[in-house]
Amino acid sequence: MIAVIDYDTGNLRSVENALRRLGGEFVVTDNPAVIRSADHVLLPGVGEASSAMAKLRERGLAEVIPTLTQPVLGICIGMQLMCRRSEEGDAECLGIFGADVLKLPGGEALKVPHMGWDTVKWDGAPEGVSARPSPLFNGLESGAYLYYVHSYAPTLCGDTVAVTSYGVPFSAVLQRDYFFGTQFHPEKSGAMGERILKNFLEL
Amino acid sequence: MLAKRIIPCLDIKDGKTVKGINFLGLKDVGDPVELGRKYAEEGADELVYLDISATNEGRKTFAELVTRIAENINIPFTVGGGLSSLEDAGVLLRAGADKVTVNSAAVRRPELIDEIAAKYGNQFVVVAIDAKQIDGRWVVTTNGGKKPSERELFTWAREAQERGAGEILFTSMDHDGTKNGYPCETFARLADLLSIPVIASGGAGSVQDIADVLTRGRADAALAASIFHYGEIPIPVLKRELHKMNINVRL
Repeated sequence: MIAVIDYDTGNLRSVENALRRLGGEFVVTDNPAVIRSADHVLLPGVGEASSAMAKLRERGLAEVIPTLTQPVLGICIGMQLMCRRSEEGDAECLGIFGADVLKLPGGEALKVPHMGWDTVKWDGAPEGVSARPSPLFNGLESGAYLYYVHSYAPTLCGDTVAVTSYGVPFSAVLQRDYFFGTQFHPEKSGAMGERILKNFLEL
Repeated sequence: MLAKRIIPCLDIKDGKTVKGINFLGLKDVGDPVELGRKYAEEGADELVYLDISATNEGRKTFAELVTRIAENINIPFTVGGGLSSLEDAGVLLRAGADKVTVNSAAVRRPELIDEIAAKYGNQFVVVAIDAKQIDGRWVVTTNGGKKPSERELFTWAREAQERGAGEILFTSMDHDGTKNGYPCETFARLADLLSIPVIASGGAGSVQDIADVLTRGRADAALAASIFHYGEIPIPVLKRELHKMNINVRL
């Protein structure tokens, strides 16, 4: 059973639909006991970081999530909440990953939000990050295009396993023990995204 | 590097695709879900579904269809056509749409853009602008290009951005359906003026037309209907050709 954490930050429908397409059995829940006993945990999320953190705390989930031992995947804001802190609303986050979440600098021809399909690289230790093969990438090639919609992004850190560059390089995928996070939306990223979700669910 | 997007547009009437022929291996070319899935498999970067039903019954069918699209399509999709209120946008969001387009209703009542952006986020609102040149001035039109408004293209696009639009979808009614290409200078001016993405629509007849609007016109995405529906330029062929021209596309 997969637990999709519901903390009232908006639309979970696209994640639910993607899990249905993969044939995954899931529950949408904010119940800590159900989350603890799930085989896999998904932390999706859209919206603003500081209010999303407040909602996790209200439900007592800010204490639960860092102590989980099964595979946990944070998507977009979900991943950002697993970092140390976010510049968005100056939010202190869960501190699972060693990254901080900063506003994308943007600039000439670099529109913010960063929206659309961009390349995700994990080969060749990009930008000084120690490249470790992540099980999420099984069957995929470095340089794959995945779908992004975001204005903030996690910095590079020791947990970075894949990088995208948009003005600055940022963590496209973070991994520490059984905690994973993707800044892109695998549930909207066609066949590549489905493969990443499938790889996660096979852990 | 962020890829330029190729977006097929499907016109829907009473739950069925209006155009859409010449697809081998499709069970039902009239089925918007089957056609959308086919495009997604071929490499479409997003899909746009426009409801052109004139009846309330047709609109209800459309909302049901959006639910089915969301269940079956694994790439982002935008829906629109006749959307006139925050409630309409909410229904489509809950059905699973990633974005909505607003057009005539926003020209009549621009606050609609602010309302949708405030409630559902800027990324959810695409402002579609249909305009044509009258005495050298780009005049914004409503009702599918039939009715000229008081607004001018560039000031309206800027206002839409300031009100919270996440993207601008611009169609030149002078070029739409001609297959003679896009007005690239006008698109380049929009790109200069705006800090949000611009989607070019209306006028594509060849790969070169699309290449031009993505380079000279500096558009972020190109949307087309008939060249895809009638199989004139299949998406994989288009993307390979663009790639050969050093335009960054997702292959």
